[in-house]
Amino acid sequence: MGFLKVEDLKVHFPIKGGIFGRTVDHVKAVDGVSFSLEKGKTYGLVGESGSGKSTTGRAIIGLNHITGGNVFFEDKEITGVRKAKSDIRKDIQMIFQDPYSSLNPKKRVLDIVAEPLRNFENLSRKEERVRVQELLELVGLSPESILKYPHEFSGGQRQRIGVARAVALKPKLIIADEPVSALDVSVQAQVLNFMNEIQKELDLTYMFISHDLGVIKHMCDQIGIMYKGRFVEEGTATEIFENPQHIYTKRLVAAIPDIDPRKREEMKKFRAEVNTEYEQAYNDYFNEEGLAYSLKPISETHLVALPEKG
Amino acid sequence: MAEKLLEIKNLKTSFRIKDDYFAAVDDVSLTVNKNEVLAIVGESGCGKSALAFSIMGLHTRAKMEGNISFKGENIVGISPSKLNKLRGKNMGMIFQDPLTALNPLMEIGDQIGEALLLHNKELSKTQRKEKVIKLLNKVGIPRPEYVYEQFPHELSGGMRQRVVIATAIANEPELLIADEPTTALDVTIQSQILDLIKDLKEDMDSGIVLITHDLGVVAEMADRVAVMYAGQIVEIADVTTLFEEPLHPYTRSLFNSVPNAKEAQDRLHVIQGIVPSLQNLPRIGCRFAPRMPWIDGEAHEEHPEMHEVKPGHYVRCSCYKHFHFPEESKEEEHHGVS
Repeated sequence: MGFLKVEDLKVHFPIKGGIFGRTVDHVKAVDGVSFSLEKGKTYGLVGESGSGKSTTGRAIIGLNHITGGNVFFEDKEITGVRKAKSDIRKDIQMIFQDPYSSLNPKKRVLDIVAEPLRNFENLSRKEERVRVQELLELVGLSPESILKYPHEFSGGQRQRIGVARAVALKPKLIIADEPVSALDVSVQAQVLNFMNEIQKELDLTYMFISHDLGVIKHMCDQIGIMYKGRFVEEGTATEIFENPQHIYTKRLVAAIPDIDPRKREEMKKFRAEVNTEYEQAYNDYFNEEGLAYSLKPISETHLVALPEKG
Repeated sequence: MAEKLLEIKNLKTSFRIKDDYFAAVDDVSLTVNKNEVLAIVGESGCGKSALAFSIMGLHTRAKMEGNISFKGENIVGISPSKLNKLRGKNMGMIFQDPLTALNPLMEIGDQIGEALLLHNKELSKTQRKEKVIKLLNKVGIPRPEYVYEQFPHELSGGMRQRVVIATAIANEPELLIADEPTTALDVTIQSQILDLIKDLKEDMDSGIVLITHDLGVVAEMADRVAVMYAGQIVEIADVTTLFEEPLHPYTRSLFNSVPNAKEAQDRLHVIQGIVPSLQNLPRIGCRFAPRMPWIDGEAHEEHPEMHEVKPGHYVRCSCYKHFHFPEESKEEEHHGVS
């Protein structure tokens, strides 16, 4: 059990101050987060900007220094593994938010997609070319495009190049940090459909980080909601959207614009109710520092951050 | 009949690329009434922001043809000094990115005060400060006296957007143009900002042009909706009609490609091809035709016109009558598997 397991993960950034640049305090970007991912499923991490969701993703893959806690991948501890060529670097890959800045504009598609192959596999030029062409076909780009540069592609196509690079080494887990936020809706649909297809084809596990609840609901099996570096609620997509328990989740779900214009008045009332409840019950759901309590299970899959006694 | 505030007729805004002019806004006609929210929806590059900038007269180098009349007076091609009397006073604009819209070297109070200073010379310094603080209060900024002396970088994204809104409404404009006012914000802040804009509409009886790509925001806010594709309006209707019976192929495709938080879908619709760039726009015939190649060419008009299908519901080109989504059978198979 437990494909990826995160235990009490903490990422604190120092705040330097004073004339000697000493560390005066810490920003607790991620403050004691635990969760686990199941193989072949999609786990969604939701939160507003500054909630620590991206930091969590980046810490798992080793792009942020971990202050405390453990990360296990297939029962092996990978916390703080910094050796560049370890297997973990092959097995876990990342898709970045902005397809315009995550591809080197001076490199050809061939070199972009082949970079992970060059780092980990000894292929001849010819073999490498064939592999890259296969990968481009997999993501629905024409194999002839290997000699083009990123600027010759549209946003959706660029994000596909990013995906091709991420799947080049046949990873097991892909951490996708806001992969469609920079894209238009029709292009977004293209990328989401495609991510679903290759998930089945390559038996991938996704960790999907996003602030867009529509996208999260569409993609994810299990969802964790973060607030100020902690989890406030975790559950299946249905549990989170149909039966949110934590006041923060309720408010978040209520704030999603409804696409039925006739329900406008109804939603307005509902939102006002939830907001009043949020203000009144705030002290019951958060401690003196305004942070969430630790998660307590209320059913097998549904966990809510509630204070010690009910 | 509601009172017309803004009337645009056959507006064409062209930009020069090398030696040719290319129209980013092409033959757009619409009206905005008092106490009404008109939403303009479309993807990036469809010309919706170019349209907003045209209304405000912010394109300095573009060639503008056609007519924009604000309260019965044409404002295309009038002198900048005349335009400056309207802008910021009768017409306000909320920009998309609050960080670039604010001057980083100016205190918040001075930025908002500037709008008052330019259009209302009678106010004394203390009166102006009072008014600014009132405005900050109105847009829901806590501790306005304190924020008055802060700089933009000291505020969060949501707060900055509120400052931009406060500046735009400082002189209680009759027309407010909001270009993606909530795109950069989180959902809870988004809903607060939208409520704020709604209140302004009610309080000041203003007309609002809301530019967005988020259909949820449209459903929450708009009275009427115009859908833009490749520089043209392809469909215009009141909000309930548009959401219940979208007609134009582009509108229908757009609706089908959005993941919806309320209902689960297995597969999202993908619009084939890409949005054409300004130089490569098909200028003859139906502009959406290349993106639905499975529809017979006969279905389109040679020179697509807007047709009034029902009172107030206009659709461009006749192809909507023949439109269907492609490979229905294949789509169903996908449903069956998952």
